[in-house]
Amino acid sequence: MSSDRFMLDRRGFGRLGMGLAAAAGLGAFPRIIRAAAAETGPIKVGILHSLSGTMAISETTLKDVMLMLIADQNAKGGLLGRKLEAVVVDPASNWPLFAEKARRLISQDKCAAVFGCWTSVSRKSVLPVFEELNGILFYPVQYEGQECSRNIFYTGAAPNQQAIPAVDYLMREEKVQRWVLAGTDYVYPRTTNQILEAYLKLKGVQPADILINYTPFGHSDWQNIVAQIKQFGSAGKKTAVVSTINGDANVPFYKELGNQGIKATDIPVVAFSVGEEELAGIDTKPLVGHLAAWNYFESVDSPINKAFIEKWHAFTKNPKRTTNDPMEAHYIGFNMWVKAVEKAAATDPDPVIDAAIGVTVPNLSGGLSAMMPNHHVTKPVLIGEVQDDGQFNVVWQTPGLVVAQEWSPYVAETRDLIGDWRAPLSCGNLNVKTGKCGGGARRPT
Amino acid sequence: MLRLLVVLCALLVPLAGRAQPEAPDYAALAGHDYEAMRAAVERLGTSGDPRAATVLGALQAGRLVVAPDHALYIRNPDGSVVEAVSGKLAEARGLKEIRLNNAVRRALDAALGGLRLFSPDPGDRAAAAEAVFRNRDVGALPALDRALAKERDAGVRQVMAEARAAAILASPGSSESERFAAVATIRARGDLEASSLLASLTGQPPAVAAAAHAGVVAIQRVLQLWDILEGVFYGLSLGSVLLLAAAGLAITFGVMGVINMAHGEMVMLGAYVTFVVQETIRANAPQLFGASLLIAVPLAFLFAGAIGIAIERGLIRFLYGRPLETLLATWGLSLILQQAVRSIFGPTNQAVSTPDWMSGAGMLGGLTITYNRLAIIVFAVLVFAGLIAVLRATPLGLQMRAVTQNRRMAAAMGIRTPRIDALTFGLGSGIAGMAGVALSQIDNVSPNLGQGYIVDSFLVVVFGGVGNLWGTALGALTLGIVNKFLEPVAGAVLGKIVVLVLVILFIQRFPRGMFPLRGRAAEA
Repeated sequence: MSSDRFMLDRRGFGRLGMGLAAAAGLGAFPRIIRAAAAETGPIKVGILHSLSGTMAISETTLKDVMLMLIADQNAKGGLLGRKLEAVVVDPASNWPLFAEKARRLISQDKCAAVFGCWTSVSRKSVLPVFEELNGILFYPVQYEGQECSRNIFYTGAAPNQQAIPAVDYLMREEKVQRWVLAGTDYVYPRTTNQILEAYLKLKGVQPADILINYTPFGHSDWQNIVAQIKQFGSAGKKTAVVSTINGDANVPFYKELGNQGIKATDIPVVAFSVGEEELAGIDTKPLVGHLAAWNYFESVDSPINKAFIEKWHAFTKNPKRTTNDPMEAHYIGFNMWVKAVEKAAATDPDPVIDAAIGVTVPNLSGGLSAMMPNHHVTKPVLIGEVQDDGQFNVVWQTPGLVVAQEWSPYVAETRDLIGDWRAPLSCGNLNVKTGKCGGGARRPT
Repeated sequence: MLRLLVVLCALLVPLAGRAQPEAPDYAALAGHDYEAMRAAVERLGTSGDPRAATVLGALQAGRLVVAPDHALYIRNPDGSVVEAVSGKLAEARGLKEIRLNNAVRRALDAALGGLRLFSPDPGDRAAAAEAVFRNRDVGALPALDRALAKERDAGVRQVMAEARAAAILASPGSSESERFAAVATIRARGDLEASSLLASLTGQPPAVAAAAHAGVVAIQRVLQLWDILEGVFYGLSLGSVLLLAAAGLAITFGVMGVINMAHGEMVMLGAYVTFVVQETIRANAPQLFGASLLIAVPLAFLFAGAIGIAIERGLIRFLYGRPLETLLATWGLSLILQQAVRSIFGPTNQAVSTPDWMSGAGMLGGLTITYNRLAIIVFAVLVFAGLIAVLRATPLGLQMRAVTQNRRMAAAMGIRTPRIDALTFGLGSGIAGMAGVALSQIDNVSPNLGQGYIVDSFLVVVFGGVGNLWGTALGALTLGIVNKFLEPVAGAVLGKIVVLVLVILFIQRFPRGMFPLRGRAAEA
């Protein structure tokens, strides 16, 4: 406490006066002093990505890109005149450990913001911690939606920014009438497929023309599932596979597709979790023409993307490291957080959360992305086809940016919900029919 | 000169079917509008232009390139560049490959199918006819008729007849009797493609539609029988993978009684040896690439075997008779090995390529046999036979059996038991390393590779009967086949659970597995 008082003396009159006035107004004297004390040190930024275990393959890259962004910001003079300091923890692909590490980052390390998580199950695990301790999480991966927390900013795509446009593309361009929804057995594929199934039925697809298949994480023997897809595709209607298969199970899946001779011109596979990183382990020649839907591809031709890739290669000292969509999401999220902190002139969660809404930053495909009141980001949707060099060629993209629908309009229970964290609504799940706020951030049942 | 040109044109006209007066439009191929590209490909396919086949072939192979001034060039495999339209050698800079989408690719397949029907190579002609069959290309009908009239090869004739039938069914002008004959031809083909084609027919006369429907039913009935055989093949394939992974464990755990949790990491090391071998070959002797796996097999055996011997000498020999401590120590070791590999090679998957002779699939009747799986089945049989041969027919095998059956007696007979222990453990680990070479072809080469197989391996060994190699083989095949027949019914997740429950129930009833060791060895 004595050091606090010392700080106060040294800080001069103006700040003392301000502090007193605020203290009088809020009755929160000690808190203000503590904030003033912290303001001299670096601003801490938490990085919560698995560096070991099954998800390490995807998440390690995100840790690296965050370190690059932070180093970059420090080179520009830091933030609010203070340096940024990265606090890296390893939740080891262990979902409960994510919650423990998140608690440590917020309450012990006093991180101003945390950038992290990949799988939805890890996000679901840390969500109560961020809400309880009033932290800020930037979540960079495309996900299933049906969530809108005040403490989380979702910089990846919601289903209508990825899955729905991809299905529309297949219906329109490939005239697909029969659908295989293949996914890994956990919350993201199951929720996405629930939304897609409802959407397809709405579009007049018969239940007999939809085949849903789930496999465990890391599934490696795809022989009869691929044979089943082939069989399903021989009913005389154009068939496509919508893949929410996650992680490295994709590699044997695509290998088996190639070996059994399923060509993209016969049965195209559109994937939502396969990026440049996942293709790095496969010979893509038999896969040319299979599709992926993202908001960013490494092959996007824009000056800002070129500069980003160059910086990435220089930072990692590896000219072969690929870039991918979640990296772009962190790029957008980090820059948004920087702008929000500058706008709020503080790093405390409440002013930053309020200031973040409406912040606009450039994305890597050459446009501007904005943080919407539902804590999601506006994005372009790109459909890419796999090329023989392991990159994607963009064959279609939305004419403008797409605003995220955090609650799916195709699922009965969430049809009438919206999220809007601006005052006075300040609600993540407002029912527009009844005008009532469901409270909390979880899906009402 | 003029007369020569006229003669030339007159020669070209019948070749083209219907020649068009204006020069064919190649420029649209260089554009970014895929719909325009698709239309241009279709036009070129029937234009009769002598360069069309070459240009479209280059486009399909990704060798058609465009210069900044939108001129088209073809990049030859030897690196030289020619002008696309004239075929003259050219110098050009800033060439960019033309990108396609699926619609353009389909149009290309169909157009080239029509153009290549007269290729001198029978394989090309059959592939061309197959492309017409798949695309139901009505425009190729006149060309098909001419090609059929000329064709001598019976196999190619067959495919052409099928392609012609498909085109007839798609053409609005065909008569009903032609359609009947076409349905019969396609029904006789009898595979999934034929069933798919018949099921997709629309707008046919009612009698033809009924015949097509009957055709679908008949084909599906036959295919169902093939499906059962296919299930058996998949089961054998999964079983051979399990056998490979478990064979080494059958030695270290089954014969020696060491609970080796680092067994999976030996498999992983074998896969990384494959990766290193391939990288080395790629850098130094690319012509040997087809043999990379054959080179990797002995190296993986020696490397993993050496690591195994080191583990036995450095760790396990101090822990004999203390299974719990062995379990913990080897588990810790497995984490160390994983992290070591992660530190050296990085956490991401490494790309191990499949040599050409192991890629793709062949048809055996109605069975699709993928070559990589077939190779693994053969490899598993060879490894197993080799293992049995070592144990039965070599002095080392004799000493191993002696030591495991009665250690003290073996020692009394002058066998150096510690040396045999180390070699036995090395043999088990080396076999795991060889399994890694095979698994690198079907699974991800990552530090976590081994973890996915350790539980399955123990399951197989315990299920088959500890200490009995034949039990391990039969256990692996049984589990593989049961798994593959359950999967389509119950789904992959539930299928695994059901198999696990069945094995638990089985072990409850027969605690020593399918083929328990009897007699004195069982009590040892």
